[in-house]
Amino acid sequence: MREVAVVGVGMTKFGRSEKTILEMFSEAALEAIADSNLQVKDIQALFFGTVYGGFAEGQMNMASFAAHALGAHNIPAVRYEGACATASVAIREAFIWVASGFYDIVLAGGSERTLVMDTSYSTRLYEMGSHHAYECPTGITFPGVFALMANLYASKYGIAPEKLKEQMALVAIKNHHNAMFNPKAQFHKEITLEDVYNSPMVASPLQLYDCCPFTDGAAAVVLAPAEMARKLVAKPIRIAGIGQASAGPLYAQKDITRIKARELAAKQAYDMAGLTPKDIDVVELHDCFTIAEIVASECLGLFDFGEASAAVARGETQLKGRIPINPSGGLKAKGHPIGATGAAQVYEIVKQLRGEAGERQVEGAKVGLTDTLGGDLATVANIILRK
Amino acid sequence: MELKLTTKEFLEALRQDKLLGLRCRACGAVHTPPAAICPECDSLDMDIVELSGRGKIRTYTVIWTAPEGFQPPYIVSLVELDEGPWLMGNILGVDPNTADMSLIGRRVKLGHRVLPGDRYSAGEKVAITFATED
Ligand SMILES: [Zn+2]
Repeated sequence: MREVAVVGVGMTKFGRSEKTILEMFSEAALEAIADSNLQVKDIQALFFGTVYGGFAEGQMNMASFAAHALGAHNIPAVRYEGACATASVAIREAFIWVASGFYDIVLAGGSERTLVMDTSYSTRLYEMGSHHAYECPTGITFPGVFALMANLYASKYGIAPEKLKEQMALVAIKNHHNAMFNPKAQFHKEITLEDVYNSPMVASPLQLYDCCPFTDGAAAVVLAPAEMARKLVAKPIRIAGIGQASAGPLYAQKDITRIKARELAAKQAYDMAGLTPKDIDVVELHDCFTIAEIVASECLGLFDFGEASAAVARGETQLKGRIPINPSGGLKAKGHPIGATGAAQVYEIVKQLRGEAGERQVEGAKVGLTDTLGGDLATVANIILRK
Repeated sequence: MELKLTTKEFLEALRQDKLLGLRCRACGAVHTPPAAICPECDSLDMDIVELSGRGKIRTYTVIWTAPEGFQPPYIVSLVELDEGPWLMGNILGVDPNTADMSLIGRRVKLGHRVLPGDRYSAGEKVAITFATED
């Protein structure tokens, strides 16, 4: 297996866009290709992610159209879908083909357009992450799944519900604060405890400000063999470890404060990199809901089980804390264009490791971790990047 | 290889408030809804069994923002059955407006509710429900 590096990254501004899924992807991809000191004709294959492309725009076979739209007219192009983990799944596939020697230069990423759909239709579509026959008929929603997680977490670890509410709110406040320094984030607005507590209840105990927003956006990365990468760019960022695992429907997972797909995927990534959680300097993880960040940070080994919510309250995950989590603002405030999110996480970690993250720079960051979770905790992909 | 118990058969039984599952002849584990092989030991040798439908609420939420076709508020829970498997279901007979953490641990019994299908549901929907017993 060859060593693989990220040579270029690109992403659109996240938020509401008037552009099509393919237009957004072209913008992100062309930025990533330029960032790699390459040209479109150098790209050998496209690994393209989108989740609701067909529902938002009525378009099938979008990978081929995406390659065409950015001017890579005839390269092989494949569409990936792993719910919210889509782009990380696509990047991992791209990694495998470059590592194997089959391709040298590949483009991977994703694009999503969600704001053209109304909330009740979107809620129906997101519910498709639950089992269609055994779970969807209950009217479960995506926030509902994480609300089930939050109440189980409080009950299992004996944390008073009001205390967990405040600790969760502090995750949202932190991520909104970080996004203030990210020009590509959807929100540039500090929030307070009162803002969270006064926001509408979505699925108790989760209120609107515990939830990530609907977002339009795209992100892309260019991968190359590490040897070639050193000649292409001044600061190639190596993929030191990568992992992916599955866990099936929610009912089969039982205790959802332990996310098996994540624990397995992270172990693969740590083992491949020869690193442990203590070696990680900066993390972009899947904070689709505030409780999701708390539970993810435990499953990734950054905190002991049942300890992360208190660590948030102590400030350990802030930009200048012991282990900064979601310096970009995370899904919560940077935005969550689902099929693009994993590539946007890699974008942020690459910027951090290059020292190009501006006011949100984590000083001296050498090793970074991404974490992307798809559906009802059913797919998780992790990537460890290093200078 | 033909599956021992299909989704259609499971849902037809559920429509009569019967909870079907599979018991592994190799390791004795019981699971539901149906799976192709034993989730515990990978054996293919399983018998169809009827579960008690009884268990306790492990966690719950009140849904206030609903997908199209649903009228909030309503309660969704994860229930641990006496035989071991967990199931998602609506809690009936409890006012969603006053539901709180005291629901966790309550004993429940399985039922069902039939809902009209929508364009993605491949026919009518049959929701698992639970009524409190204590
Ligand atoms: Zn067995």
